[in-house]
This record gives sequence, structure tokens and C-alpha cells, in this order.
Amino acid sequence: MRRVKLLFLQVLVAVAIIAIWHVGSTYRIPAGVLGAKAFYPLDPFFFSTPVDVFQRTWRDFYTGVIWYHLGITLLETMLAFAIGAIGGVLVGFWFARKQLVAAVFDPYVKMANALPRVVLAPIFALWLGLGIWSKVALGVTLVFFIVFFNVYQGVREVSPTVLANARMLGMNERQLMRHVYWPSALTWMFSSLHTAVGFALVGAVVGEYLGSAAGLGYRIHQAEGVFDVTGVFSGMLVLAIFVIIIDTIVSAIENRLLVWRPTAATGLK
Amino acid sequence: MDVVEARAAARGALHDASQDGAQNGTHGLAVELAGVRVAFPAPDRRDGTFVAVDKADLAVADGEFVAIVGPTGCGKSTLLNAAAGLLVPAAGRVSIYGEPLAGLNRKAGYLFQAEALFPWKTALENVAIGLEVAGTPAAEAQEKAQRWLSRVGLSAFAGRYPHMLSGGQRKRVGLAQVLIRDPRILLMDEPFGPLDAQTRQIMGNLLLELWSADRKAVMFVTHDLEEAIALADRVVIMSAGPTSRIIGEWKVALPRPRDIAEIRLDPAFHALHREIWSKLRDEVAKGYAQTEGAA
Repeated sequence: MRRVKLLFLQVLVAVAIIAIWHVGSTYRIPAGVLGAKAFYPLDPFFFSTPVDVFQRTWRDFYTGVIWYHLGITLLETMLAFAIGAIGGVLVGFWFARKQLVAAVFDPYVKMANALPRVVLAPIFALWLGLGIWSKVALGVTLVFFIVFFNVYQGVREVSPTVLANARMLGMNERQLMRHVYWPSALTWMFSSLHTAVGFALVGAVVGEYLGSAAGLGYRIHQAEGVFDVTGVFSGMLVLAIFVIIIDTIVSAIENRLLVWRPTAATGLK
Repeated sequence: MDVVEARAAARGALHDASQDGAQNGTHGLAVELAGVRVAFPAPDRRDGTFVAVDKADLAVADGEFVAIVGPTGCGKSTLLNAAAGLLVPAAGRVSIYGEPLAGLNRKAGYLFQAEALFPWKTALENVAIGLEVAGTPAAEAQEKAQRWLSRVGLSAFAGRYPHMLSGGQRKRVGLAQVLIRDPRILLMDEPFGPLDAQTRQIMGNLLLELWSADRKAVMFVTHDLEEAIALADRVVIMSAGPTSRIIGEWKVALPRPRDIAEIRLDPAFHALHREIWSKLRDEVAKGYAQTEGAA
């Protein structure tokens, strides 16, 4: 019952925003009411109209032009996520188990993480060309640090009692890794998974935006270049749908892998 | 040379213990702590170290149930960790069945005070893991684990994760997890501390029932004197920390099998309780004053 109500309210927000947008961009305020000339409160040149945006989006899917670009962006996102996550897990484990290594690299990790990644995009384009790999590289630099920090934290914050118990139960170093450190790190990693996937997508789209020949970022950039506001909004809409679908999939995986977690079993759903 | 000496000493101690008439036919000393001193680095103290326990001598015979009682913060757990090999004493000697302890104590199972179950494993997996890491095939380990879960009364909860179990149920899983490996020595650090009074009694009876099946050597740490007398063959009292020592021990000659709830009504129980408490009371006051003073 509460779920239905919640869904209703959520839809209501979308309807209200679209309604305001629609009315503002379709109906003119007549001359003499607020100004000498009649005008649109939301000028369709700057804001387009919801009907146009939906029509354009529908047409792009219908004719199939968007699938290619969506596919490219998806590929870049998945590659960036996979490479960044694997790198983050490996380095996170390594640092957490070898305190000297962590101490030596600490300032450099902080430095690299503090750097705004956008400035790296032209460098990656220079090194890796305008194909997908420069975008993947940008996504990797974002994903890596999120996963790395979380895995590092996860391995370091294993409960000392659980660890002592595992050792008293006769686990060797390899078994500790498998039965204690890895599951603990996995929890932390999954708590950051939504953010990490989001950043992988940001890396891909920003990379495309700054220089490419395909992808959603490229589509948006092209539309902006010719003041095609409908095209820009349509691109953003596709991006939003895309993000929601990915996020749902991530949530499903998370709930499946972390069934043992109190929040996963009894939390909000 | 050292090893030979240590063994000779242990053999001597063994002889003492059997003369002592420790319960049910001793085969030797399960745990022997001799002059154990455990210190931790403490930068805020003048000498830079915090001595938790000093000059602790304690021998636990095979099959004997020893309870260690003392005021809060007196280093009872420290003593247990030294026997487990989780802590290396700064001085003194720890011997397990006559062998000097190096590294972890492989003959001991340890039931911790805090939550020690693997939260990402089900009750069944938690119990089976001790066998699995020792190389038992998974199917066999799970079958044994299921049997152990029924012994602690949790056969219907095999698939539950720890957070779905109550505090008492988690302790039962912990007990099964430790006992499935059949350790000769059982180390217990206030295992029933966080439980409510009724659950503690039930768990105490369960422990005695499981223990009486094959009489492991037990070191049971608690701050509850009644619990200690009800469970143990011998009660050891420690002084308030820091630098706490063992200041007295009493044999508990109450008959077995015992029922934790009923034995408290026994006049002999009362007499013993009064006797031990008169000694312990001052230490509790001292310990309380120190922790309050520090706070």
C-alpha cells in the first residue's frame, strides 16, 4: 500500500515538471499582460518542448540511429568499470596487506585522486587516439580510486575478533584471504558500486564530449554545436534512462551477493 | 637445552597435579602458565608500558574446568590470549601438554566475548568452516556441522545468517563452531557476558552437558562469581589491574552433573561463595576505583 503511494508521488513529481515545461513552452503569454509583446515563459528555442523531445527520442530509437551510439557508450562504461574495479581490488588488497607499500605511496595516491580528471582527457586523447580507449582510460581513473579506497578500507576494517577467531579455527594466510578479507572487502566494494558505475559512465560521456566520433556524449555535443536544444535534451533523456537501467541491474546483483547483510534483507525496498 | 628443561618442569608439574588429585584421572597438564608477564606499549604512561598481567602461575589439568574470576579490566582475557598464543608473553613460559607454546595454540578452541561469527556465512557454513579449512571434504563437513547444530538446538536455523539469529543463538553457533574441531582445550572469554540472565543459565547448562561428554580442559573467564562456582572444578581469583596477579584459588567440590539454576540453592555453594567473595570484594572495589579514577 505504501509502495503504491510512494510510486504515485514519484510519478506526480515527473508529471508536474513536464506539465510546467509543456505549458511554459507551448502557450504564449498574450501581449499587454506582462509585457508589450506576447512571449513564451519558457522559450522553445532555449528549452525545446517535452513533446518534441519525446518525439525525437522515440524516432531515434525507432529508426535505430541511437542504438549504435548507446552501444559504444555502454561498451566504454563496462570496460572502464571492469578495468578500474579489477585494478582497484588488486591494488587495494596489496596496499592493505603491505603497510610499507601503503605508506610509501600514500602521498602520491592522494595527489592523483585530488586531480580533476577532466584535465586528463586531452592527454588520453593524445596517447590513445579518439577511439574508445581514451574514454575507457578516463573512466578507469575515476572508478579505480573509488574501488581502491573501499577495498583498502574493507580489508583494514575486518573485525579483530573475527580475524582472531578465523586464526584460532586454523585458517592459513590464503584461507584468511578467501574466507575473511575478500568477503569483507566485497561489502565495502559493493557499497560503492553505484557510485563507481556512475563514474564509469561519466568518464565515458565526458570523454566522448571532448572528442570522439560516436557515443551519447558525441550526440549531445553535436546537437549543442548547432543549437539543437531538442537534440541535447533528447540525449540527456536517453542518458537518464540508461543510468536508471544500469542502477537497477547493479542493485539486483548487490542484493543477490550480499544476502547476509542486515540492510540487504530487511532494508528499504 | 631450554626445551628439555621446560619438559622436565612440566613433567614435575604433572606429577604435582596428579598428587593434587585433580578430577577424573589427569593425563597431564593441558595448560601451564609459569611466571607469565604480558605488557603492552602505552605512550601515555611514564615508563612507556602497561603491564596487564605479571607473575601469573596457573596450571590447568587435562579435563579440568577452571574458571578465572576478577574485577573488570584485571587482565583475565590477556591471560587467556596468552594461553591461545594470540599474545606472546614478555616473560614467563606457556606450555601446552608439556610442550612450550610457539605460535598459535593448535590444541585449543576459543570462544570469544565479542561477535566472532563470520557475518557472510550461514550458521551451517560458520560451523563447517573449521573442518573445511582443515581439509575435510565439504559434504562431510556440512553433514557434521548439521549434527553439531542439532546438538546445540539449532537444527532448524542452519540457513540463517548471524544477523537473523538472537544473541543466545549466535553463542550456540559459536560453541558448535569451536567444538566441531574437537579441541582438547577450550578457552572461553566471558562467552555469555552479553546475554540476559535466563539465557545465561540455559547456555551454562548446555555448556556443561557438552563438556561432560568428553571433558575437555576449560579455561573459563568471567566476572560473575556465581557463574564461575556453578560451572567450574576450580575457581581462580585475580587481583585488580594493572599488573594483576592470581591471588587465590578454590576447589569447587560440588557434585556433578550440576544444574546451574538449582546448584545456587545448595548450602555448600553459599558457603563457598561467601568465602571467595570476602577475598574478591576488596579487589572489585579497587578495580572499580581505578576505572572510575581513569574516566
